Amino acid sequence: MSTATKPTVATVWLDGCSGCHMSFLDMDERILILANAVDVVYSPVVDPKEFPASVDITIIEGAVSSVEDAHKAELIRARSKFVISLGDCAVTGNVPAMRNPYSPKELFERAYVENATEPADANARRMKLPVVGVPALRPHATPVHEVIKVDLFVPGCPPPADAIWFVLTELLAGRVPDPSALTRFGK
Amino acid sequence: MSVMTVQSLTLKIDGKDVSCQAGQTILEVAREHDIEIPTLCWLDGLTLWGGCRLCVVEVAGSPKLFAACGTACAEGMEVTTNSERLQKYRKTIVEMLFSERNHVCAVCVSNGHCELQSMAQKLGVNHVHLPYRYPKLTVDSSNDRFRLDHNRCILCTRCVRVCGEIEGAHTKDVKGRGINSQIINDLDQPWGESETCTGCAKCVHVCPTGALTERGTAVAEMNKKRQFLPYLTLMRENDK
Ligand code: SF4
Ligand code: SF4
Repeated sequence: MSTATKPTVATVWLDGCSGCHMSFLDMDERILILANAVDVVYSPVVDPKEFPASVDITIIEGAVSSVEDAHKAELIRARSKFVISLGDCAVTGNVPAMRNPYSPKELFERAYVENATEPADANARRMKLPVVGVPALRPHATPVHEVIKVDLFVPGCPPPADAIWFVLTELLAGRVPDPSALTRFGK
Repeated sequence: MSVMTVQSLTLKIDGKDVSCQAGQTILEVAREHDIEIPTLCWLDGLTLWGGCRLCVVEVAGSPKLFAACGTACAEGMEVTTNSERLQKYRKTIVEMLFSERNHVCAVCVSNGHCELQSMAQKLGVNHVHLPYRYPKLTVDSSNDRFRLDHNRCILCTRCVRVCGEIEGAHTKDVKGRGINSQIINDLDQPWGESETCTGCAKCVHVCPTGALTERGTAVAEMNKKRQFLPYLTLMRENDK
């Protein structure tokens, strides 16, 4: 079958636990039907490293926590026709956003100095704060729609496979789905 | 025994002719006729609070919205309980409740048993348009049996009312104003040091969210038991 005629789908993993991706894969044999109906052009479960120039449906898991997440989100939006926030981290900020009442500085102090024991000297611990090769944290981990326009929201932690299946099959049938009967915040 | 004559009224709710007794509220009469109006601060058996405004309805001839819980029916009134405008306001109210404090349903002991959460689902609130406030709030774990998590409180005052009106202890109250209001125990002391709290747990069980919970509950384990309230209310009615 030629892939050119199939709708293209991308899935992206920002600041989440990958549970939403797990739930996606947890739809049993229906995954085979989807695999035939769409072309997965970018995802943690396929090979390409570059986000393609144009994608029909992009599914985002995770909150926008780092500066890099924000750049990715903007790139995705520019290159996607339809963007779905999948799961509570993408939709509400959820667990990654629990840090938000505190500043990144307070967080680092807590994690790398107060709660760490090695080395014994607190200042030496402070020096171990990772700064090279890791993206800077934004002041807040935010829902995706605070950074880019989102076309559909699928809450849940993670959203059940049934909700993901429903959303994708409805979209493929040309309808804009309302998954609220199948999922909710915290589901 | 004197015979009281109660004036009866007729009005229309959502186009349906209904009759009621003078003094009854729109909410009461709507519920008697199985017309659903969403509420959060309202709880049968406690006095009226009128704080959450989820029960707003339209009354023909007035541009204002009325809280159904606190508006008495009047002869010939034409009430609309559901319209696009009302839905928009109700959704915004729920969104404001979420954005105001720190709700993280996935790790909340009330996940799956929470009235705020199920209200969001029922009204189709699948995300929050407003920016979240992320306030720094405390959790009072000083009581051996119960916990007060201000992050999950929606200031419905059910706990304050049940504590004062049903238990008669009046341990709970509200301090501060507006968005900075907070539930307190006694004179803003740690709950565990309260001299008036009887430990009855009524506040915990009327609380619609994960703000008041039993200690020792893990995620989704806090299932509230509220059967005592209609029972105690009935006993009081019988005593009159
Ligand atoms: S109180 Fe309700 S809405 Fe808030 S986090 Fe807990 S389950 Fe979610
Ligand atoms: S603690 Fe619970 S019952 Fe009391 S005001 Fe807050 S949400 Fe309402």
